Amino acid sequence: MQRIFLFLYKIRAFLLFVALEAVAIWLIASNNSQQGSAIFNSSNQIVGNVLSTQSDILEYFSLASVNKGLVEKNAVLLTELESLRRPADSAYIALDSALEANFSFRGAKVINNSLNLTQNHLTINKGSNHGIKPGMGVFNEEGVVGRVKDVSRNYATIISLLHSELLISSKITTNDVFGSTKWDGGDPGFAKLMYVPRHVVVKEGDLVVTSGYNAVFPAGIPIGAVTEVKPGTDTNYLDITIKLSTDFSRISYVYLVENLQQAELDSLYQSSGLPND
Amino acid sequence: MTSIRIISLAVAGILYFLAQVLILKNLVLFGVAFCFLYLMFIILLPMEVKTIPSLLISFVLGLGVDMFYDTMGIHTSALLAVGFVRSRWLRMLVSSGTFDEDMQPTVVNMGLQWFLSYSLPLVLIHHVVFFYVESLGTGLFFDSLQKIIASVIFVTIMSIIVQLLFYRRRRGI
Repeated sequence: MQRIFLFLYKIRAFLLFVALEAVAIWLIASNNSQQGSAIFNSSNQIVGNVLSTQSDILEYFSLASVNKGLVEKNAVLLTELESLRRPADSAYIALDSALEANFSFRGAKVINNSLNLTQNHLTINKGSNHGIKPGMGVFNEEGVVGRVKDVSRNYATIISLLHSELLISSKITTNDVFGSTKWDGGDPGFAKLMYVPRHVVVKEGDLVVTSGYNAVFPAGIPIGAVTEVKPGTDTNYLDITIKLSTDFSRISYVYLVENLQQAELDSLYQSSGLPND
Repeated sequence: MTSIRIISLAVAGILYFLAQVLILKNLVLFGVAFCFLYLMFIILLPMEVKTIPSLLISFVLGLGVDMFYDTMGIHTSALLAVGFVRSRWLRMLVSSGTFDEDMQPTVVNMGLQWFLSYSLPLVLIHHVVFFYVESLGTGLFFDSLQKIIASVIFVTIMSIIVQLLFYRRRRGI
């Protein structure tokens, strides 16, 4: 017995190493699940405070480009508003409530960002106190950014589109063919459009937008434009590369979108036994 | 170790940590060369620091960096590997009694050639563990290899510059 204890004492450094590595591996595993604990990432209070102070200082350097983006977005919205305005002597008939707006939008500031790893995340300065929930879609005036992962009271972490495990349901605008956008871990400017069948004719320059099918994003938010179409190794699907419309190196403000009918959709999927998203 | 020495080491550790998460985190050259300078704190601990204290310091420092990078556990596991082999590797390179135990294995104390042969394998271990765990399941072997090689070179050059600027030569022995 004494010998065993002596032996264990002799290799105590190795045992400690194994124990601490086990903790680290457990953290890696639990962080990769969709709903991790919010204590050990950048949405926790202390880390969030430090990052938000840092971004308050650095914000001044990007104000010009942020303003430019906002003005351009405003111009687009004004044009759209003009086309929706009813002429003075028109009649208006309210249609079914199913056609009413069922998305609500919120704005937030990005305080932490990464784009060179294979699993990139962002942190924003809004949390559950501001109505942010896990699973909400995130985009900016250029295009899709990602999905909310973890939420603390005042901060939230976002899985970036530049994350090897995030799929965005998308469609090609010219022929309404559906696919999934997935980043392959290489260049942060490009992603792959997957599951487009071989018989579909796709041309370079075709726009790719969100399909609105997985109920996270409303339909029509830009994702990118097709730059390369190859037959690929898969016998059923084309190998399509798209240039992402969002410049991830310059994200400063984002919009979050919540589907107000998500709960109803979820319960429907659950009762019919279908997997969601 | 005197208590003043311990305090100055703790301050150095905090400075390495803050520099890493506030400044160097955003410094990535050409999208491949990362600057993980914080691991130099573990590599440059005084020679007398044994495996168990260096493991505990690695764990705390790794967790802190992970929180800011949102890579929970990956920096920690890579840094623990360095903390575990550091002391043994040092024993192999330095025969006991030749140097003051309190001394740090820096460029200014030990010379460039010795430092490179000491630090390069340790930095390589850290980067191999970090980038391969980080890209697990994506099949990006050569992209990760490119990042590892570029980052090892970048970190080594940065750390030599930092040591020449901020580390004083120790007199005696």
